[in-house]
Amino acid sequence: MTGLQIDLNIYPDEAALVQALQNGEHDACACMLKQFAPRVYAVAMRMMGDPDEAEEVLQETFISACKNIHRFEGRSALNTWLHRIATNAALMRLRKRKNKEVSLDNPIESLDGDDIPRQIEDWDYYPADLALNSETRDVLEQAIATLPDTLRSVFVLREIEGYSTAEVAEMLDISVSAAKVRLHRARLRLRELLTPYFTEPTAPGEMP
Amino acid sequence: MSAKPEHSPDHDCRQVLSELNDYVDGELSAELCVELEAHLDQCENCQIVLDTLHKTVYLVQHLDDTPQKLPGDVEYRLFAALDLEAFLPEQPGDGKG
Repeated sequence: MTGLQIDLNIYPDEAALVQALQNGEHDACACMLKQFAPRVYAVAMRMMGDPDEAEEVLQETFISACKNIHRFEGRSALNTWLHRIATNAALMRLRKRKNKEVSLDNPIESLDGDDIPRQIEDWDYYPADLALNSETRDVLEQAIATLPDTLRSVFVLREIEGYSTAEVAEMLDISVSAAKVRLHRARLRLRELLTPYFTEPTAPGEMP
Repeated sequence: MSAKPEHSPDHDCRQVLSELNDYVDGELSAELCVELEAHLDQCENCQIVLDTLHKTVYLVQHLDDTPQKLPGDVEYRLFAALDLEAFLPEQPGDGKG
């Protein structure tokens, strides 16, 4: 069968969409995918740092969501619920990853020599209006992807997904102080990675 | 601007560096804030690190302000995994792998 249409306006609000999902309507499922999959994929990409594994997390998330939609009680937004499923799926995969240099649970409790800032330059080409264009976003996403699993997982959960430091520590089964240090290290490394981009005239940002 | 020489942080700079995260998050004690700000007043390198760290955090926290896009083939395989590919107007020629 082909030629079915996805009408994102068919459901007046999220409650109607959820009701339709719980009734097993295929249209509702297609709407949910169209509406929420891009951001879920972005979360998965950031957590995994690998497109193939991110895609697997994406598919697992929506298969699980469709299977368990009857359990969704509307206490959080659907988007939040989906992000939680995606985050859990990504965390399970990160724990299982083989050939890791450092275990996810291996505490990193202090800054080391690698964290000392080396590039001390003003960001002359930082966008004056602070808006992220697609190129800047790509640079950021690539920089995040280069972080080691131990730093990236804390960083994405805390900084982008908005979990508190205590929640992140619990999710990763590490201490709060270890989570804080990992966040700090991740921020410093990203600053270092982004500095060439914002100090060179080829950068697309406007001059302040 | 021309590049400054590589930063060789002294003891105070290292101390500031270790406290910078809490400072950025507004979680540093008032007493330590005073000490840190006194150091920043006379250390241009640490000022730059702080400023660019602030900018890093700002950018990352606004990463999701712009719409994300799902690659077409990824979208197709997702819809196919749920037997919903009929909802997509165009199907790419090759599947995954």
